[in-house]
Amino acid sequence: MKQLITLTVNGQIRELWTSVHKTLLEVLREDLFLTGTKHGCELGECGTCSVLIDGRPTLSCLVLPIEVQGSDILTVEGIAKNGRPHPLQTAFAELGAAQCGYCTPGILVTAKALLESDPRPDEQSIRQALAGNLCRCTGYCKIIEAVELAAERMRSHNLQPEGSGGSSG
Amino acid sequence: MAETRELNLIGNSWTKVDAMGMVIGETRFADDLHLPHMLYCKILRSPHPHALIKRVDLGPALKRSGVVAAISGHDLPIKYGILPVSQDEEALCVDKVRMVGDPVAAIAALDEEIAEAALEDIVVEYEPLPAILSIEEAIAQEGIQIHEYAQQGNIHRLVSLEFGNIEDGFALADHIREDLFYYEGNTHLPMEQHAALARYGADGRLTLWSSTQTPHYVHRALAKVLELPQSRIQVIALPVGGGFGGKTDPFSHEMVVSKLAMLTGRPVKATLTREEVFYTHRGRHPVLMWIRTGMEADGAITAMHFRSFLDGGAYGSYGVASTYYTGALQTVTYPIPNYKFEGLRVFTNKPPCGPKRGHATPQPRFALEVQLDKFAQDLNLDPAKLRLKHLVPAHSKTVNHLTITTMGLGKCIQKVVEASGFDDRRGKMPPGKGLGLACSSYLTGAGLPIYWNKMPHSGVQIKVDRGGGVTVFCGSTDIGQGSDSVLAAIVAEELGLSLDRVIVVTADTDLTPVDLGSYSSRVTLMTGNAAIVAAEPLRNMILSAAAEQLDVSPARLIMRENRVFSADDPSKELLFEEAAQLAEATYGTLGSVGSYTPPRRGGRYKGAGVGPSPAYSYSACVAEVTCDLATGQYEVNKIWLAHDVGKAINPTLVIGQIEGSVYMGLGETTMEEQVYRRGLHKIPSMLDYKSPTMLDIPEIESFLVETHDSEGPYGAKEAGQGPLLPVAPAVANAIYHATGVRVDEVPITAEKVFKGLQQQVRGRRARIGPTQIPAVEWPEPERVDPPEELLVE
Repeated sequence: MKQLITLTVNGQIRELWTSVHKTLLEVLREDLFLTGTKHGCELGECGTCSVLIDGRPTLSCLVLPIEVQGSDILTVEGIAKNGRPHPLQTAFAELGAAQCGYCTPGILVTAKALLESDPRPDEQSIRQALAGNLCRCTGYCKIIEAVELAAERMRSHNLQPEGSGGSSG
Repeated sequence: MAETRELNLIGNSWTKVDAMGMVIGETRFADDLHLPHMLYCKILRSPHPHALIKRVDLGPALKRSGVVAAISGHDLPIKYGILPVSQDEEALCVDKVRMVGDPVAAIAALDEEIAEAALEDIVVEYEPLPAILSIEEAIAQEGIQIHEYAQQGNIHRLVSLEFGNIEDGFALADHIREDLFYYEGNTHLPMEQHAALARYGADGRLTLWSSTQTPHYVHRALAKVLELPQSRIQVIALPVGGGFGGKTDPFSHEMVVSKLAMLTGRPVKATLTREEVFYTHRGRHPVLMWIRTGMEADGAITAMHFRSFLDGGAYGSYGVASTYYTGALQTVTYPIPNYKFEGLRVFTNKPPCGPKRGHATPQPRFALEVQLDKFAQDLNLDPAKLRLKHLVPAHSKTVNHLTITTMGLGKCIQKVVEASGFDDRRGKMPPGKGLGLACSSYLTGAGLPIYWNKMPHSGVQIKVDRGGGVTVFCGSTDIGQGSDSVLAAIVAEELGLSLDRVIVVTADTDLTPVDLGSYSSRVTLMTGNAAIVAAEPLRNMILSAAAEQLDVSPARLIMRENRVFSADDPSKELLFEEAAQLAEATYGTLGSVGSYTPPRRGGRYKGAGVGPSPAYSYSACVAEVTCDLATGQYEVNKIWLAHDVGKAINPTLVIGQIEGSVYMGLGETTMEEQVYRRGLHKIPSMLDYKSPTMLDIPEIESFLVETHDSEGPYGAKEAGQGPLLPVAPAVANAIYHATGVRVDEVPITAEKVFKGLQQQVRGRRARIGPTQIPAVEWPEPERVDPPEELLVE
């Protein structure tokens, strides 16, 4: 059965005619061609498909679009603003926190939610916040360092609005 | 080569060339591709571990609305396999299934749901056969054969080699130990599920986009199975979302989507489910090991006899090579003057094992390094000093004819011993806390290709644009290790360019010269050397044209920061593009090629092809653990790991490889198990197949040791696999030190430690591990004399 669904994705309102039983993950990737969001299990086990729904990290493989009409959905494609990458994105690139890059979108949105609620997370809070996102490449070390670096840059950026951007690693 | 020049990029931690694409969500992996008119493929898989296929009826499925095509084994009957000696796989099984999950039929339909529903319509009649599910059963059961081509019964391969004379060696020993070890199988668990998309064009050419580490081998296998000339097939490896060896075989789904695209004239895509990925496997072999070693009182090894039993699963895969690898690299760390290796691999009705990070060397390394710890205990020697006193010398040959070039293990041991306080702290730790040390070594690329040929292992082609951009073409495949970036950086370094001037085009059999693929830690060394060779003539042409223009000697010109200038008078300078245009005017279109073939210097015996490498990396690891003596629960508190990488082309990327290797090693050591019940995978999900999360990984302190190996580009050796190897034995040795319990098998679970602690309470020897090996009639070994000269220059 198909239905007209209205979703707000990355700040844009999208209307689509789609099967009601498709998951948000499938609709994002297959109907909206937002393939930045990846899948690792499609069973809610690996964190790869994380997106933000009203700011909360959510596994898009366990959500039906019909449930989140009216919510703000943010995917990795929506993190950069006007072509300017988010400090998390820059830090991940510079520190080698994205090796194969497949788990990266899910980790970035989850880390973004963390930094929005806690601009000064300690290492344990970062580990807690990202414990549901599996990564097989990095051993998580560079990911933790990149979140710390981004947090630090965001704090100094907030103090000095034009001072961010940072040096290259 | 470039050793004398000042290096701008090499040795610095620049950002990977593809990193920004990954973080903004632009990088396209195989399943991200979508073509107009595309069909979706689903594969029907066997529910039986071992059965004859009596009948397959696709008719009912074809009647379902939305189904466009259906195929079964008879549509793709030609066998293939990664090794020429094990051509035993069928894209869809024809007469027999050999494991649960074996592919039997496939559907192409308008969408995935229809395809999945149509699988239920396919009628398959099976006649179940007895299933063989363990090493012991495989050796005992001769009546039922999984593969008729097996060397004997269900023994896929049986090997026996003796280097020197172990009896003479054991006669010289002051102390002899015999120990048994077991290393459970585990799997790669890449975050990306395998996917492949095929298109058969109006021009009669097939294009396959796939998440593969080895597009060249897929190219060859597709040509064979589809009976198409290779010239009509293009294989493109997309960025791979985690490989670790799990995407190095040609796979059934790649053949199937190609065939369906040819039959329907429409693009066809297949993406495996996570459960299918667990069955596709090719991961770490479960290996049972017996090791007998003789030692002098000071720790010098006089002889070693090593036996390994590999549970291969249902197909050959890389298994013949894996078998030899369980016996090949024991000799490259500490001198073993007399060495005998007996190994066998059995077929069982389970998903096939193959190469996982370290390819069949972590298992024997675990056995060897834990046994050394036991020797140190027996002989009252310090485990670090024992190893330091008996290191294989640099520039030498081992008893099994492997050539060692640089050897930085001593420095690695010193680094981790010092940083961890191994000497001072070890004697003073409270019960339940312990430190353990282990070492290892790994190949920097296999010295021989997978199929016999004399051609290069890696080729690089470079084109210079008039605008100053340089495009580098190479068949190498980036699986996240950063091979595209290393390739770009080396060409940028050689031509004095900034990294953003270099465009890399990789892993496309139509566009790029052959590189054998991302396996055996070969890419940095082999493509790096090929890139340096390819850059040299371009560099010479550009320098020569610039020299004429600037009226200086080419030898006095420097290429740096996108400029060409005089070393004596920097005001005499040209932009790179100006110099390139002058060179093009003089020499014509600017392009060049370079290639690399490893030196041939292995021994001359059967199996001598496995083990030789241009150079070996070395690692030393100390693990610190805290164990609850009441429950056996333990925590790895910290890992120190020093790695001899020759030269770090990019230290951040090398440390990333070390950290990732340590993580993967810890996963294998503490929790990961690919285990089955009556042929069914017990835990084919990412929830139940436990792998470490961010909460499980301790602090990892890495140290880079640089030995500047003349075989590698700028002196580089591998980093992607070697650092995994010492982790399991270091943790096992630490647990012994903390508890007095020897867990001689991997994974080391709390339950096993607890059982050991219980044995201790009852006054028994606290040891968990295998207690026997199957009786096997080993063949008379091939006897190989040690090399005449042990030191080489």
